Amino acid sequence: MTEALPAFDIVPALPEVFLLLAGMALLVVGAMRDKDASRVVTPLAALALLVAALFVIGADKTADPIFSGHFVFDSFAAFLKVVILAGSAVSIVLAQGYLEDQELDRFEFPLLILFSSLGMCMMVSANSFLALYMALELQSLPLYVLAAFNRDQLRSTEAGLKYFVLGALASGMLLYGCSLVYGFTGTILFDDLGAMLLGTENGTLELGIGALVGLVFIAAGLAFKLSAVPFHMWAPDVYEGAPTPVTAFFAAAPKVAAVGLTLRVLMQPFGPVAGEWQQIIVFIAIASMLLGAFAAIRQTNIKRLLAYSGIGHIGFALVGLAAGTERGIYGVLIYMTIYLVMTLGTFTVVLMMRRQGRYIETIDDLAGLSSTRPLMAAAMAIFMFSLAGIPPLAGFFGKLYVFMAAVEAGLTPLAVLGVLASVVGAYYYLRIVKLMYFDEPAEAFDRQGRLELQAICAVSAVLVLGFILIPGPLLATAQAAAAALMP
Amino acid sequence: MVVPLTHYLTLAAILFTIGVFGIFLNRKNVIIILMSIELILLAVNVNFVAFSAYLGDLAGQVFAMFILTVAAAEAAIGLAIVVVYFRNRGSIEVEDINLMKG
Repeated sequence: MTEALPAFDIVPALPEVFLLLAGMALLVVGAMRDKDASRVVTPLAALALLVAALFVIGADKTADPIFSGHFVFDSFAAFLKVVILAGSAVSIVLAQGYLEDQELDRFEFPLLILFSSLGMCMMVSANSFLALYMALELQSLPLYVLAAFNRDQLRSTEAGLKYFVLGALASGMLLYGCSLVYGFTGTILFDDLGAMLLGTENGTLELGIGALVGLVFIAAGLAFKLSAVPFHMWAPDVYEGAPTPVTAFFAAAPKVAAVGLTLRVLMQPFGPVAGEWQQIIVFIAIASMLLGAFAAIRQTNIKRLLAYSGIGHIGFALVGLAAGTERGIYGVLIYMTIYLVMTLGTFTVVLMMRRQGRYIETIDDLAGLSSTRPLMAAAMAIFMFSLAGIPPLAGFFGKLYVFMAAVEAGLTPLAVLGVLASVVGAYYYLRIVKLMYFDEPAEAFDRQGRLELQAICAVSAVLVLGFILIPGPLLATAQAAAAALMP
Repeated sequence: MVVPLTHYLTLAAILFTIGVFGIFLNRKNVIIILMSIELILLAVNVNFVAFSAYLGDLAGQVFAMFILTVAAAEAAIGLAIVVVYFRNRGSIEVEDINLMKG
């Protein structure tokens, strides 16, 4: 008699299955069409991402882990998946105009984003080191290609090369850590590992030196993917070199996914030994906040500036993780959602910076924007104030929640440093506002003919402005998501 | 004679270190960096298989299989990027990869 196979439950993974099938079908569609492949595939890919998000919203969020415990779908994963899928869909729509202007509108672009998003969805649902690694690679490999997407341009290929080398190194470090944790604890499943670490109670939670070294390697690998200091050096170069819509995508969804993965790994299997990783996260958070604030000051390229800004924001988000409480996780989730909206909005404005059909990237070109393009300047000002964290805009509340969590967890010095860093950071955000409103106007930008860019810009500006009026839905879902992550 | 676990772990640690240093100290050729990445992944595989045999648990060997597969995909993408880079720059010297700085 053969043993009965365990019930093969696939329902909680339905969004991923759908994305995979849609991606492969669109690949065939793209290959069959010769001229207008990109025009057909792009909207369909964005639509597929939105449909997958609807699957996630409609799914039952209390299911047991499936695939022998390697894959889990809970409120936490659902929250992040919706954010990631929405961010990716917007990135695809954003890109179309730029790609057409640069004659880069190949149908592989939306599909690479789609497959990368599939990897991100798997990342936030990963419940074992094996699933974590596979998901991370599924996310990263398309990103390497995307960075080098403008393959006839030296800058873009150099960005791709740098991103590939450092990303592969990060994966290697993460894997080495996984192998050590596996060897010294005997399991790759998060649930088993968490239960094992909980079992050694009585106040003295011991991880063992081997697994501890493994944990440090894993944290280093994740910090690379987060572009947190001291593993941030790839970010400015890659952001500057990659085509602008690709940079917009890099700054948005993959960061959210990496934060989600970090939260799950550190809070679930390693939650019982929070004391061991807390100091690492505190260090990374402080270093990222300070570097993000100071290094951005002397930048002249707006994409480079936004790279440093992104490093700083990861630092702020990690403040909530350092607290290690439910309130902290709640803060991180809200922070990352708001960050995604602000970043996509800012990059939309960057994509509108065009003169005589050429895209420009220097900050000085924004001078006097308020007199030539008042609406665009107003939107940019809203995003800059929000990124700086000035109330009553959304960015302020993100910071408020993570700092509050840190203070409640007894990490007041960390919160104080965070506030100081955001004051320094405000300097360069406000400098852009000053340039736009008080400096001599530079030559006007081209009239923007693309409706979708204007729409995305307007919607993100309204979301950033309106968060204070209707914060309820976001706060409630983030609350449920954070609760799902706690044991 | 049975080779003890520590020998495997030491070997893997040495390979891993050589791989990491190969990436950072190498000033010559991007291909060497790709080789170093492979070395890192193989060091991890040695670790996984050694632990798997030591623990009598198959998960580590399954993991090693997955790593081998992904490493192949990663090498393919890496080489492709090096090729397009070479077309634009006409060189794959590490010192020449310096267009963006700061």
